[in-house]
Amino acid sequence: MDARRVPRTVTDPKVRQVGFFAPVAPLDGSPSGPLRPTTPSPPVSGNSLSPVMIPLPRHLSSDNAPLSPLNAGGGDSFLPVGSYNPSEFSSPTATEDFSEDNFSKDTGWILNDNSGKIATSLTPGGADKAAVKQNTHSASGLTPGITDGGPPTEVQKEQAPVSSMPLKEKTTKAERRALQEAQRAAKASATAGGSKKSVAASAVVTSANANPKKVAKAPPQKKDSSSVAASEKRAGDRQTDKDRKKDVPHPRMQFDDEDRVEKAKKRSVVKQTEARNRVELFRHLPQYEHGTRLADLESKFFQLDPVHPAVYKVGLRFLSGDISGGNARCIAMLQAFQESIKDYSTRLEKTLIEKWDLPAKINGYVSFLIECRPLSISMGNAIRFLKTQIAELPLTMSESEAKASLLSDINRFINEKIILADKVIVRHAVTKIRDGDVLLTYGSSSVVEMIFLCAHELGKQFQVVIVDSRPKHEGKMLLRRLVGKGVSCTYTHINAISYIMHEVTRVFLGASSVLSNGTVYSRVGTASVAMVAHQFHVPVLVCCEAYKFHKRVQLDSICFNELGDPDAIARVSGKEDINYLDDWTSSENLQLLNLTYDATPSDYTSMIITEYGMIPPTSVPVIVQEYGGEHLWI
Amino acid sequence: MDFQVVVLAGGFSKSLVPLVSKEVPKALLPVANRPVLSYVLDLLELKNLKDLIVVVEGETAALSVSAWISSTYIDRLHVEVAAVPEDVGTAGALRAIDHRLTAKDVLVVSGDLVCDVPPGAVAAAHRRHDAVVTALLCSAPVSGPSDSGSSGAKDKAKKPGRYNIMALDPTKQFLLHIAAGAEVEKDIRVQKSILRAVSQMEIRADLMDAHMYAFKRSVLQDVLNQKETFQSLRRDVLPYLVKSQLRSELLSSGVQSDENSNSKDAMQNSKILPSQLLANAFTPSFHELYALGPDGSASITRKTHKCCVYIANKSKYCARVNSIQAFSDINRDVVGDANHLSGYSFSAQNNVIHPSAVLGSKTTVGPQCMLGGGSQMGDKCSVKKSVIGRHCRIGSNVKVVSSVIMDHVTIGDGCSIQGSVICSNVQLQERVVLKDCQVGAGFVVTAGSEYKAESLAKKEKL
Repeated sequence: MDARRVPRTVTDPKVRQVGFFAPVAPLDGSPSGPLRPTTPSPPVSGNSLSPVMIPLPRHLSSDNAPLSPLNAGGGDSFLPVGSYNPSEFSSPTATEDFSEDNFSKDTGWILNDNSGKIATSLTPGGADKAAVKQNTHSASGLTPGITDGGPPTEVQKEQAPVSSMPLKEKTTKAERRALQEAQRAAKASATAGGSKKSVAASAVVTSANANPKKVAKAPPQKKDSSSVAASEKRAGDRQTDKDRKKDVPHPRMQFDDEDRVEKAKKRSVVKQTEARNRVELFRHLPQYEHGTRLADLESKFFQLDPVHPAVYKVGLRFLSGDISGGNARCIAMLQAFQESIKDYSTRLEKTLIEKWDLPAKINGYVSFLIECRPLSISMGNAIRFLKTQIAELPLTMSESEAKASLLSDINRFINEKIILADKVIVRHAVTKIRDGDVLLTYGSSSVVEMIFLCAHELGKQFQVVIVDSRPKHEGKMLLRRLVGKGVSCTYTHINAISYIMHEVTRVFLGASSVLSNGTVYSRVGTASVAMVAHQFHVPVLVCCEAYKFHKRVQLDSICFNELGDPDAIARVSGKEDINYLDDWTSSENLQLLNLTYDATPSDYTSMIITEYGMIPPTSVPVIVQEYGGEHLWI
Repeated sequence: MDFQVVVLAGGFSKSLVPLVSKEVPKALLPVANRPVLSYVLDLLELKNLKDLIVVVEGETAALSVSAWISSTYIDRLHVEVAAVPEDVGTAGALRAIDHRLTAKDVLVVSGDLVCDVPPGAVAAAHRRHDAVVTALLCSAPVSGPSDSGSSGAKDKAKKPGRYNIMALDPTKQFLLHIAAGAEVEKDIRVQKSILRAVSQMEIRADLMDAHMYAFKRSVLQDVLNQKETFQSLRRDVLPYLVKSQLRSELLSSGVQSDENSNSKDAMQNSKILPSQLLANAFTPSFHELYALGPDGSASITRKTHKCCVYIANKSKYCARVNSIQAFSDINRDVVGDANHLSGYSFSAQNNVIHPSAVLGSKTTVGPQCMLGGGSQMGDKCSVKKSVIGRHCRIGSNVKVVSSVIMDHVTIGDGCSIQGSVICSNVQLQERVVLKDCQVGAGFVVTAGSEYKAESLAKKEKL
C-alpha cells in the first residue's frame, strides 16, 4: 500500500515519455544529488543499457548489488516474486516488484532520486527507520567507488540463495520466514560493526526484506486458507494452494528464461511452438507460432477431459480471436465458468477435503485459458472474485446450495460490475457531451459505444471521429453500428490523428485496465491518441469500469504486454499484391512486432470515468483502496 | 465434451457388388487385411471417443458386425450396434436411432472412411462457430493406380459427375453451396441472398466431402422429423441446411440464447444484456452481418444458422471406400503412402510379411505389399504392390501386381493377376490371366481362362 505512493513521486511530467525512448540524461535538482556519481561507475545498469538486458535475469541483478547499494535493493525486490503464489494477480508485491524492477532497469537516475523515499516508505519498524536515516546520511557522504568488500558482500552472499530459492517454490512459508530472520540478524550485526558505507546497502536490503514479510499475508487466498482451519470454511481450500502451484503457470513468467519456459511447456495442454524471430526488447513475453496452436488444440478436442466443454469453447474462441474486448472476454469466461459449475458434482472420494475439488477445477480452467490467450487484468480480477466466493462458502452448505450461490454470485458480478457499471458510466459521461461536440474515439470500446448511442438517443448533436488502426480494424464494426443508428461519423486511421485532432473537442477512450499510478493500459495506439490530444489541449476522458482497476504500477508498456500474431501485420488484407513479407519467418534478420497493449501515462488523461464517478487519474489509488480488492466484492 | 458419435457402417452396398455379399457386409470388407470399419473405430479410439453407436443396415449384417466388434474391441470401446432396415439411407438410419441421441452435438462418421484427420478438429470448429453443421472436407484423393498404372485406368477414374462442387466463403470456414455429382453436369444455381451477404464466394471442385459431420443434435432431429422424405445426409440434409442458412426456420439459431440475466428489470430504458455485449465483441461472420440487416440496426432480426467446414490439411490422408476403384486405391495407399494408417510395422523392404507365411524359393515380394498369416506361396512367384490375405495358397510361377487378394484364396500355377480384386474362397485354376477384374466370393475360375475388366461372381448373387 505504501509502495503505491512511490511511483507518484517519480513522476515528473517533463521527462514522461511513451513507448520506446532512449534513456535521458539525469535531471538536475534532485534531492540526492551527491549520490549520482555512483551510477556511472558501475556500468551494468547504467545509462548504456542495451535492449537485451531489459528483462534482466534474477541472478544478474543480484550480482550487481555489491557495486551499488541501490541495485541491491532492486535485485532483492525480486525476492517476493518467486515466493509468491502464481495465480495471484494483484498483491502489494506486484506493485513493489514492478516499480523497483523498472527503476533498476530503466535509468539509473530514477533510482538515485528515490532511494531514500523507497526506503522510508517501506520500512516498517522503528529500528529500521534508524537504519534508513543512516542510509540517507551515508548517501550524502558516499564516494563514487564503493571499495570495501567486507560486510556488504557478505550480506550479498546470504542473499543469493534466498533470491534463487523461492523460484523453486519449494520452501514453505515458515522456512522463508526463518531465512529472513537469519538475514536480518546478519544485517543487524553488519550494521553494528560495519562501516558507514555498508549501512547503505544493508538498509536497502532491510527494506526489501521487510516487504515480503509484510506482503506474505496480503494475498486473499492465503488469508482464506489460514482462516479455513479456524472457521467454518470449506476444507478443500488447502488443496487449492497445492493445486494452484501445480496448475497455474506464473502469470508473469519471463519467457526468455529458458528453464522456466521448458517447465511450463511440460505442463501445458496446448502444444506451443514459440515464434523464432522475436523482437529483442520483448523476448520476455510469450509469442507462439500462430497457426499451429489452434490446429493442435482442435485435434485434441476429445482428449481434454478435464476441461469443461464450455470453457473449451471459450478458450478456442480466445485463441482464434473470435472474442476480443475486455468486457466480452470477461463475461464469456464467467459464463463458461457458470456452465462448468452447473455441471459440477463433487467427487466420490470419502473425505470431504478430496470431495470438494471445485477450486482445483477452476484453476485448471484458468490455466487452460491462459494458454489460449494471456488473461487481461479484468479477467484476473474476476477470477479472484470467483475464488474468494468459493473460499467463503460455509461448510454447512449443501452442494446444490453452494452451486446456486456461486451461480448467483457470478451473475451478480456480471450485472453489477459490468452491466450496471457501464450504465452508470454512460450516465456520467453523457453529461460531458454538449451540442456541437466532435468526439474522437480510438478502436472499439463497448462502453464508449454505449455513451455515443445514449447521447444520440438523448438528441444531442455531435459528431464522432473513429480512429482505427491496422491490423484488427476494430473501429469498422463500431462505425457500422454507429452509422446504423444514425450517428454522424468520420472514420480515419491513426496516421491522420494529428490532422483530425484540430477539430476534436473531446476524446473518449476505453481501457483494458487502469493502474494505480493513473496509467491507462489499453489497446496499442491509445497512448499516441492521448498524447496528441494532450498536445492539442483536447480533454481525454477514459471510460473504465472499476473492476478493471488494478493495484499494479506500470511505467512502460514493455514489461507486461501481449504479443499478437506477427503475420497479422505482415499481411495486408485485401491487397494480395503486397506480399513482400510472405516468407519472413525464414529470415533471421527480420523481426515483426505486433503489440497488443500500451500504457498511457496519467499526464495525458484528463479524467477517468468510472461507476464511482469522474475522477482525476491521481485518484485511482483511492478507488483501488476503498472499492477495490475485497471491498469490491462484498 | 458432450458429443455423441454415430458411425454409419452401411450394409450391403450396391456399388461394391462383387466384393460385398451377405456374409461380408461393407463394414467388414478387408482393407489391408483389416475390416474397413476398424479404421474408423481406431481413429475414434485414438481420440478418446469410446462410446459409439454403430448403425448397420440389415439384421444379418448387424449381427456379423456386432460379432466382429465385440470380439475385437471387447474391452476397449463401448459400442452399441443398432440395426436399421435396408435402404433407409443415411438420414433414415439417423431417424431410426433418433431416441438414442441425447448429447448436445452429434458426430456422424461414415463407416467406410479411411483417414487420419482428427475428429476433434471437426468438433472444435463446430463448437467454435456454434454451427448447425460442420462437414469435413478433404482434397479429393488421387484415383487410379498412381504411377505404374495404365492411362486407361485413369480415364476410367475420371468419370464426369464424380465432382463435388463446394462454395466457400473467403475465410474458408463456411459452406455456402454444395452440389454433388449429377447436379453439376449442367449448371449450378447459387442463391442470390447468400451471394449478396458474403459478397465473395470461392467455388471449388477439388474438395471431397469426407462424410464426417458434426450436427447440432436438436437441429438434426428437427430436420429429420420435419422432412420425412429426406433420405440421405449428403444429398438431402446437408444441402437443405446450407441453402436455408440465411432464412433459418430452426429454433436453435442465435449466438447466445441465455437471457438469464435479471438486468432487464433493473434498467428499462437501455437494453444492455451480456449477450449483446458479447455479440458486439465477436468477429462477425457474414451471418451476423446479414442478421443485423443492411443498415446495421437490429430492427428486424433475421434468423440465420451457420454451416461450417473443416478443410483437412493436404498432408492428411482421407478416402472413402465407396467404389471398387476406391477400394483398390485405398488398399494400395494403406500399404503404400499412407502406411501409418494400417497399424502394421513395415519391414525394411517396406512390406509386411506375416511370420507364419511361407514363401517358396525364388519368390519375391516387392515393396508396398502385404502378405497375411498362414499363406503359402510356391516357387518363382512375384508380388508387387498387392495385398494378399490370410491362408491363401498360391502355386508356382504366379504374378500378382496391384491387386487385392482376400483370405482363403487358392491360386493355381502360372496365374497372372493384375489390378484385380479377388474375394475370399475364390479358386483360380492354372494359368488364369486376370486384368482389372473383380471376382466375387466363392467363385471358381476355370483353368486357362482370360478375363479383362470383368466382374465375375456366382450366378445366384446377381
